[in-house]
Amino acid sequence: MLYIRCPYCEEYRPELEFRHAGEAHIERPSNLAEISADDMEKFLFIRENKRGIIFERWRHIHGCGRYFNCVRDTVTDQIIMTYKSGEPKPSDEEIEKAILALKEEQTS
Amino acid sequence: MSGLYRISGKGRLTPAKTVAFTFDGKSYEGLEGDTLASALLANGVVLTARSFKYHRPRGTMTEGSEEPNSLIGVRRDTARQQPNVRATMQEIYDGFNAVSQNRWPSLAFDIGAVNSILSPLFVAGFYYKTFMWPRVAWEKIYEPNIRAAAGLGLSPTEQDPDHYANKFAYADVVIIGGGPAGISAALTAAKQGVSVIICDENAEFGGALLYETDVQIDGKSGYDWTQDALAQLGAMDNVTILPRTTAFGYYAQNMIGLCERITDHIAVPEADSPRERLWQIRAKKVIIAQGAIERHLVFANNDRPGIMMASAARSYLNKYGVAVGSKIGVYTACDSAYAAAFDLKEAGVDIPIIVDSRSDVDPALLERARELGLNVQTGHSVIDTTGKLRISGIKVAKNGQTANTKYDVDALLISGGWTPSLHLYSQSRAKPSWDGDVKRFLPENPVQDQVSVGACNGTNDLTELLSEAQDAALNAAKSIGVKKLKKVSAPKEVVTSYGHEGDHIGSSHGAGADDQVKAFVDFQHDVVANDIRLAVREGMRSIEHVKRFTTTGMATDQGKTSNLHGLAIAADGLGKEIPQVGLTTFRSPFTPVSFGTIVNHGAGDLFDPVRRTPMHNWAVEQGAVFEDVGQWKRGWYFPQAGEDMHASVNRECKTVRESAGVFDASTLGKIEVVGPDAAKFLDIIYTNAWSTLKVGRCRYGIMTHEDGFIFDDGVVGRLAEDRFHVTTTTGGAANVLNHMEDYLQTEFPELDVWLTSISEQWGVIGVQGPKARDIIAPLVEDIDLSTENMPHMSVREGRICGVPTRLFRMSFTGEMGYEINVPADYAESVLEAVWAEAQKHNACAYGTEAMHVLRAEKGYIIVGQETDGSITPHDAGLSWAVSKKKTDFVGIRGLMRDDLVAEGRKQLVGLKTKDPKVVLEEGAQIVADPNQPIPMKMLGHVTSSYWSENCGHSIALAIVEGGRSKMGETLYVPMIDRTIEVEVVDTVFVDKDGGRLNG
Amino acid sequence: MANTNQALRKSPLEGRLGGGAGVTITPADPMSRMSLRVKDKDVKTVGKALGLALPTKPKTSVVSSGKDAQVSALWIGPDEWLVLSGVDADLSGALGKIKPVHSAVDISQRNTAVLLEGPKALDLLQAGCPQNLNDDVFPIGACSRTIFGKAEVVIWRTDAQSYHIECWRSFSDYVFKFMVQAAKGL
Repeated sequence: MLYIRCPYCEEYRPELEFRHAGEAHIERPSNLAEISADDMEKFLFIRENKRGIIFERWRHIHGCGRYFNCVRDTVTDQIIMTYKSGEPKPSDEEIEKAILALKEEQTS
Repeated sequence: MSGLYRISGKGRLTPAKTVAFTFDGKSYEGLEGDTLASALLANGVVLTARSFKYHRPRGTMTEGSEEPNSLIGVRRDTARQQPNVRATMQEIYDGFNAVSQNRWPSLAFDIGAVNSILSPLFVAGFYYKTFMWPRVAWEKIYEPNIRAAAGLGLSPTEQDPDHYANKFAYADVVIIGGGPAGISAALTAAKQGVSVIICDENAEFGGALLYETDVQIDGKSGYDWTQDALAQLGAMDNVTILPRTTAFGYYAQNMIGLCERITDHIAVPEADSPRERLWQIRAKKVIIAQGAIERHLVFANNDRPGIMMASAARSYLNKYGVAVGSKIGVYTACDSAYAAAFDLKEAGVDIPIIVDSRSDVDPALLERARELGLNVQTGHSVIDTTGKLRISGIKVAKNGQTANTKYDVDALLISGGWTPSLHLYSQSRAKPSWDGDVKRFLPENPVQDQVSVGACNGTNDLTELLSEAQDAALNAAKSIGVKKLKKVSAPKEVVTSYGHEGDHIGSSHGAGADDQVKAFVDFQHDVVANDIRLAVREGMRSIEHVKRFTTTGMATDQGKTSNLHGLAIAADGLGKEIPQVGLTTFRSPFTPVSFGTIVNHGAGDLFDPVRRTPMHNWAVEQGAVFEDVGQWKRGWYFPQAGEDMHASVNRECKTVRESAGVFDASTLGKIEVVGPDAAKFLDIIYTNAWSTLKVGRCRYGIMTHEDGFIFDDGVVGRLAEDRFHVTTTTGGAANVLNHMEDYLQTEFPELDVWLTSISEQWGVIGVQGPKARDIIAPLVEDIDLSTENMPHMSVREGRICGVPTRLFRMSFTGEMGYEINVPADYAESVLEAVWAEAQKHNACAYGTEAMHVLRAEKGYIIVGQETDGSITPHDAGLSWAVSKKKTDFVGIRGLMRDDLVAEGRKQLVGLKTKDPKVVLEEGAQIVADPNQPIPMKMLGHVTSSYWSENCGHSIALAIVEGGRSKMGETLYVPMIDRTIEVEVVDTVFVDKDGGRLNG
Repeated sequence: MANTNQALRKSPLEGRLGGGAGVTITPADPMSRMSLRVKDKDVKTVGKALGLALPTKPKTSVVSSGKDAQVSALWIGPDEWLVLSGVDADLSGALGKIKPVHSAVDISQRNTAVLLEGPKALDLLQAGCPQNLNDDVFPIGACSRTIFGKAEVVIWRTDAQSYHIECWRSFSDYVFKFMVQAAKGL
């Protein structure tokens, strides 16, 4: 069972309180009705689903009820960081830093 | 006397505390504190089991959870029958009753042993190769027969009467293993004030100190030291001590699964006590002190009853006062076996020979052996054993030679050295590293917040081990955030007489590739050295392949004793180094965990919540038959005396259209949408428009996902400019709210609107039928029910029976109808008043089945029945509910997708069977020409089908390719025994112009 | 006319009792409950109307000081509070005239509550609740929406050994039975 930090509750909570909500940072076009078939395909169907660092959404559905974003490594299943929805996608450096911080926590 | 092999003055059990037990129907006496294994050995019972494949006689080999052989069935009563219990872990009590397994008719005479004679047939991969052909035979002949012969114990046939518990816990430090390392770590950590949970799978804490009687710590025996330490720990509030508790799983982010066995060792458990408790612990730091497991040696016929790990024999002597034989041989490659031999000799047991495969042995050990008059043969090996149901002799040869000397023995102690236990370390996803000097894997690269200490970390020296554990605990406290660490003094003087040096992995002398002998590697799965060599010859390159081909290490013991041997033999065959062949990954559970523990509280009544509406009791009183709708219990139909389901549903349907019916609609999802932007938000969520809805009116709405397919529907009432009462389907309630929250929080956070589930705030009484108004009128206060004031699809707030109501005039039957929302605590009482009025009009109570028929008569869809995630509002004939004016809503672009606007999509239609009495099957496929060759072109399928008493014929809804252009056409529904002719008709079967709705 | 038909109130857990020496399990009396949603900037104004300062720190609660008509506000989410008061309190009435946009929804009868009391109360909760409820992170006054077994609940620690557990009414039978079962052999 994962242990996930809710950025709104500001603490770690057990996975049982959460629900996964798919890939993060897929923007819904404000002119959705007018987008091309190709753009619609990308918006509706195309997901990264890669091996390694991914951005995903969770909802603290049995907690504060908020949707938020999460950076997770699909190889180790390690949750690297979480942040509020609407906040910008963390940069590679920020993720790198978070990974290092996690490692330090472990070896301390 | 509790057994002939009990030596007075040895062990720590109390001779006066005897308990009576039976094994395979025979009565024995043991002592309180005995395990079944020790009690049987005390009684000279060495044969305890038959092996899995060859049915070879087997006896207890170990004194712990690694036991591969002595799996027995425990019979507490007819319902409490636990198979595959390790005799070495099961404590006995007065009246304890156990049976052996995998034998027929008896343990001593087992027909299945014929497999041993046929054993050349049963080599590794036998099943894969033999049962390949013919294919059909696998299902009909091979599998049933293999299944009948396979398996060890018998599953219980009755429901488990015990209950099981669960506990979620959080601790600063979790320590796995209560040996000297674990205890030392626990003491140190606990003194820093952090919370500590320490568990051990055994009844007693102490690990090896329970039997290593040579150990002295600061002048105390090792045992007394553990007792002192435990007393100290027990007195601290921040420490939880869990004996008989197995850490069986190490999961993500330092989550540990423990199984605490609470009653299995008690003769008469307290009536209310759970049998076992699952602990799901999240630890800030985990200290693994699992210890090491002694390995056997791989030589010919190394599996006869009476052959046992040296440490186990020493433990049986020093803990339980049991000599495992009267004439005991020793065969070792490790120093620690000498300690067992010396202790037994000093206890008066005859030790005719110690065979040491090493040529170079610690002179101090040899000197001590000489002092005790023991015969030690170094540079020799046991090349074979004799005996049938118990070992009777060993053949000893100089290494590399075949000429041998025979010794008579009734037990043989063996030791191939010690394997650090990496099970939990490996489960935590860490990779072991290879220590080539001592030929072992070590836990040096943890990937979670974890540290291994003691023997599982390869530290065997007790002084070093104790300080390593202390350091680990101090580090843990520091990393948790303890600022000022309290000093903990290390023991000043630690005395041990025997070490654990020396090891051997792989096959021993006399069991090489050219020797056609049965030298067992994995006892529980009957894998011999030659099976592994065969696997390599047949092309298995990786240890993972070898494991699956031979099944070595795959038994319930997870290869605790066998893994390294198997690996070494495979590496030898492959001509590779051990680390290149790789160690297999250990999986949870460490030892088997009962289903009861995993399910714990979620059994019986608590398997899943059963949700009942606030009017449930009324339905029970009306004789309702209930159906499950998700977790809800809903009244399905309300039969009167002598009625079956059909008669009841027919009457209910007729009565609703003739007079009225009363229906419990409480399970519908309800969401209160509040805020100045409420209408704007609903415009986004639904396909139709809400801004135009006037206060006091309701509208039917459809939701699609972005793909354009229908996802939910329901009626929404506008209570105020900024307040809507949304209803959803029963099954969709939670998902709809989740979906709406998603859009509100992440796509439209700027909107001033909030969503609150009110599904359970309101009980909902449906009253439908021409008499509906007459029924409710006497009860309703301050609402004008006239159609002029309150037309179809309107909502009013007022009072009914003195309590507040949100009264909806709406219909899911096609009749004039109301849905009376009242605060849930009052619902039953209001319903009783409504029912009293209803009866005056000969109205009926109706259930979900009649509701389904009535709405189908009107062509109203049910989401999930007419729709299946591939139906658009247009397909369902609901184009009127899709706004053409809105510039955005969820699904707006999806609905424009090429495939969704293409000609020939499946569309909702009505079907009438040519024979009015025939009721179609829901799900049946529809074709244009029943005589076309198979596979036929299927045009669609029947989504709903009922007998309509109101119409006097069957009715059906279906989705059919280009359905709306096929009105009046004849189509066919091929069934297994006939073909049914149907006519495509409109979806509305009753009151096509809707006049009845307006009452 | 209506008086002859005055509806009677019936709580979902009426008449139930459970537990034993270590912990008692008791249905709470009926009460007024409101789900309150307010924007950050309006927290003060809205709280004032209820006679308290709405808590803004996760997992905390505030109880109004007034002796009669005591009101409690539990932080549920960043813009969400569960407001509790006596059965006769008019909570939405109190907010009737305030200016800031907000959502006040009556959920008095959507939820019901169970009270746990005794030295084993925490042990009982830990049988079904995966959240960390230890003293250091869940002191007196702490509250949280979470789960208990397979039901969603709000746990509110009202005293050292006292907890107020809210759940939706149709889950209350399950929650109560789970508690009675888990109380065995704590």
